[in-house]
Amino acid sequence: MNSKYIIGSVPTVFGEIPRVDTKWNSSDIRNTMRVRWNVGRMRYTVDPGLYAVGNPDAESMVFVSANFKLSFDHLRKALHSLNAWILVLDTKGINVWCAAGKGTFGTTELISRIKICALLNIVNHRKLILPQLGAVGVSAHEVKSKTGFQVIYGPVRAEDIPAFVASGFKATPEMRRMNFPMWERIKLIPVEITYGKYYLILVPALFFILAGLGPFGYAVDDAWHNGGRSVILLFASYFAGCVLTPALLPWVPFRRFALKGLVLGWIVTSTFLAFDLLGPHILEKIAWYLMTGAISSFLAMNFTGASTYTSLSGVQKEMKTALPLQIAAAAAGLAAWIVARFL
Amino acid sequence: MKTLVYLKDVVTLKLDAEKCTGCRMCTRVCPHEVFAIAEKKAVIVRKDYCMECGACAKNCPEGAITVKSGVGCAAGIINGILKGTEPSCDCSGSGGSCC
Ligand code: SF4
Ligand code: SF4
Repeated sequence: MNSKYIIGSVPTVFGEIPRVDTKWNSSDIRNTMRVRWNVGRMRYTVDPGLYAVGNPDAESMVFVSANFKLSFDHLRKALHSLNAWILVLDTKGINVWCAAGKGTFGTTELISRIKICALLNIVNHRKLILPQLGAVGVSAHEVKSKTGFQVIYGPVRAEDIPAFVASGFKATPEMRRMNFPMWERIKLIPVEITYGKYYLILVPALFFILAGLGPFGYAVDDAWHNGGRSVILLFASYFAGCVLTPALLPWVPFRRFALKGLVLGWIVTSTFLAFDLLGPHILEKIAWYLMTGAISSFLAMNFTGASTYTSLSGVQKEMKTALPLQIAAAAAGLAAWIVARFL
Repeated sequence: MKTLVYLKDVVTLKLDAEKCTGCRMCTRVCPHEVFAIAEKKAVIVRKDYCMECGACAKNCPEGAITVKSGVGCAAGIINGILKGTEPSCDCSGSGGSCC
């Protein structure tokens, strides 16, 4: 990975510390887009260690970050016009939230990174500012007893850091709250879309092939006509599950994600029904409701992974009933659809 | 926008008021304002909003809070079922969406 974001260095008792730019250059912006769209599941990392922003000295604040470059980029952007240190933990290229959940953004790594970077010699004070979500992996009192550093949990979002610093390191309840606003949800949609990977080609191909089946043997015309319609329906239900559900989350009834997905999947399917696009036979229509419902319900349920308010106990409870039903519905739907080819 | 809330009465969060010293740490780390302080003690005020992230339990210096925490994501749970282990995800970590 290129290091165009490094602009010079700052001398300290412990040698030269690289200074980072607080503005994003064109490659930062381009790569952010690529990461959002999940291109090649690229590793987008920064080397762990200490970095400088502006002209920090022994009294400057220390902000702690993950070595996922997007986390790091948002932090350095937020520190614009400040003099501060950034301590980057080795979180294996994973963002703060996920890394804290796994423990890589954790007490042990923080303690050892403080030692490796000789932070005790570089700053005179004994305070660290961590993103609040890091609290999932870091135990503040343990860090304090092992290193002497007091952990201050900053705001959830890096963009609130200037206000947090200006108020004397006090986070308002607003800054502490993890909302799940429209824009946050929409940013996650690209990754959700890429979830299906090669199934996105495989399954439609299968339907194309099967669509040619009929009472009079195999008909290529049918394959085109029914296959094309099937593929559009499949994609529509995929779209209902992983684009519509995240976008419309608060406005769809039901708390269970599987039900939210089902509602949207069926609304989409009913639109097709209204235009008489579910096939001539009643059995095929039923088959479509079963399959599209299963698909969009499953994908919607998958979005619990990205949502920021679902609990493990809740998701487990939901899945225990939903998953078998989704599998059964998809299987029954497929069987009915194949039978309908011969009617 | 209204606040999103997930299923009712499934959360495993527990608070031992005996041990609590009212230091407020739990109110600072919780991303869903589950705790409040009343008469110098923490109280759970919005239990159904808890996402079982575990931050409060990890940062309570008195060990007064317990919660069964873990990745609450469907992909992780399916992984766990397939491998016969606790839920875990092996996302490589791009984007915020891994879990
Ligand atoms: S962190 Fe623990 S001791 Fe402190 S207020 Fe919360 S429950 Fe009480
Ligand atoms: S587990 Fe997380 S969401 Fe639940 S009360 Fe604790 S800090 Fe809040």
